[in-house]
Amino acid sequence: MRKTADFAKKIYTALIFLFLYAPIATLIVLSFNASKTRAKWGGFTMDWYLSLMQDETILDALGTTLLIAFLSALIASVIGTVACIAMSGMKRRSRTVLMGITNIPMLNADIVTGISLMLLFISLGLRFGFGTILLSHITFNIPYVILSVLPRMKQLNPSVYEAALDLGAPPLTAFFKVTLPDLMPGILSGFLMAFTMSLDDFIITHFTKGAGINTLSTKIYTEVRKGIKPEMYALSTIIFVTVLVLLFLINMTPDKAQRKTDGKEETA
Amino acid sequence: MQKELIRLEHISKSFDGQMVLDDLELKIHENEFVTLLGPSGCGKTTTLRILGGFVQPDTGKVIFDNQDITGMPPNKRQLNTVFQKYALFTHMTIADNIAFGLKIRNKPKSYIEDKIRYALKLVNLEGYGKRMPDSLSGGQQQRIAIARAIVNEPKVLLLDEPLGALDLKLRQEMQYELIRMKNELGITFVYVTHDQEEALTMSDTIVVMNQGYIQQIGSPESIYNEPENAFVADFIGDSNIIPATMIEDKCVEILGTRFACVDTGFGSNRPVDVVIRPEDVELVEPAAGTITGVVTHLIFKGVHYEMEVMANGFEWLVHSTLLSPVGKEVGIRVDPFNIQIMNKPESEDEEAVALEI
Repeated sequence: MRKTADFAKKIYTALIFLFLYAPIATLIVLSFNASKTRAKWGGFTMDWYLSLMQDETILDALGTTLLIAFLSALIASVIGTVACIAMSGMKRRSRTVLMGITNIPMLNADIVTGISLMLLFISLGLRFGFGTILLSHITFNIPYVILSVLPRMKQLNPSVYEAALDLGAPPLTAFFKVTLPDLMPGILSGFLMAFTMSLDDFIITHFTKGAGINTLSTKIYTEVRKGIKPEMYALSTIIFVTVLVLLFLINMTPDKAQRKTDGKEETA
Repeated sequence: MQKELIRLEHISKSFDGQMVLDDLELKIHENEFVTLLGPSGCGKTTTLRILGGFVQPDTGKVIFDNQDITGMPPNKRQLNTVFQKYALFTHMTIADNIAFGLKIRNKPKSYIEDKIRYALKLVNLEGYGKRMPDSLSGGQQQRIAIARAIVNEPKVLLLDEPLGALDLKLRQEMQYELIRMKNELGITFVYVTHDQEEALTMSDTIVVMNQGYIQQIGSPESIYNEPENAFVADFIGDSNIIPATMIEDKCVEILGTRFACVDTGFGSNRPVDVVIRPEDVELVEPAAGTITGVVTHLIFKGVHYEMEVMANGFEWLVHSTLLSPVGKEVGIRVDPFNIQIMNKPESEDEEAVALEI
């Protein structure tokens, strides 16, 4: 009786994972398929990856994507951290209100965010291109940084900062030497999350990029509209794997810190 | 008396309309161990934070070494604080923690190393320099917090309930350690606690506070033996606080019976409160007692028995090494010297005290 129940549980779990990951698995398998048609397996090949590496427009898009992800995550990390410091000094009510406002861009449909940013840039008379993509990525990244730094901020023992002042450090020195290192794990995971979100984004970029510039996701979209080429399977696989690795990193960092202190408590 | 080092003048402070300190006046001398003692919310920690520079008083001045330091930021003050929850820098080694203040002041490297070694030795943690704070026990972390403060050679060390998080045994050990360190360093300690035993053990001077007012300032002996009001008597140790009438000098009527006492100057036929410590109540044969009563409770406390005796409508708390079983009729006798007379609360601040109890 119990055995069948266990078996049913396993089948159920397996089915869930199958439906979740079958599409991605298909994509990955096809990216190594030597045959150009999707219908049959023509043997293993790395050709699509190699031809991808030789396509200059794709390499360009890759460069743009990484640069925007890095810069937007970095700037959002700074702005988000500063915002957290300000919010931790606020009264509970105003903090809750502000937190709600910062969460709106995160909950808002991407297409709405994208279109509103586009309209804003048009009305400001900005020239669409790298700058507008960067601005919009910073905008939607800030909430993710706040979301990961604020809990860390709440855990801080306020006496630690006061102790630094007490020992003669001026306020800024005390912040950089004592508070910032304590916040670092939160900032780091916020940075990685922002990086992933930026890497991942298609819709907002699509509306704010203008002509002549592409990130990987908009590049794939343009290519696919012309007709599906196996190189795009390879490219999508690369993006998937990169995001997967980043996700692992994000989940590792706070976990690792946690386990470290846990272990120490046991030895103490 | 030693030279005056700190003077608090007319300090008032309120948070969100709630009065925490009201016109506080306090003098602290060089090389004195001063304890601010009181229940939570009495303003003792706020007083300490005003001294440290973390809180600005609404009115009043902080005078340090004849200099007004009221508006001076904490990093410029010649005082160091030991915080309640240690507040060590967890991402730095013990040695880096201790060196923090010295590095900020750009002291030479060899000087810093000597200081670290000296400080670790003072707190009995030699060889711990390379460890991380998380790997130390609570008591050890608190010692490091003390070491980190004293290497800066402050004139005053402020301690905010530093032993609060430690267990009883460790707390008692640390009390002796603190006295030893204080004697070795020869600096002023301002210590905040709600633990009356800690205050009695370590202090030169105890400042009993309640509701933002100073209730009494004095040596541990005078605070314990001659409490000035019911709050102090009740907060410092167990006591029998009984309403009474001062008949004339050296004679007080307690619960309808006249007792001889040693206090004078309270006038005649005036209502007062008397304090009698439980260990000062002697149980004797009924015939030999000033009043008689019956034992109602008996608890063995280790060093002594704790008994309650119902006499003249009042439950007398009695500590004695001699056992009197429940139900036994006993006589109560009190040495005149052990009857402490206190004025009834008159002023507003003392009434606040009465409400608290």
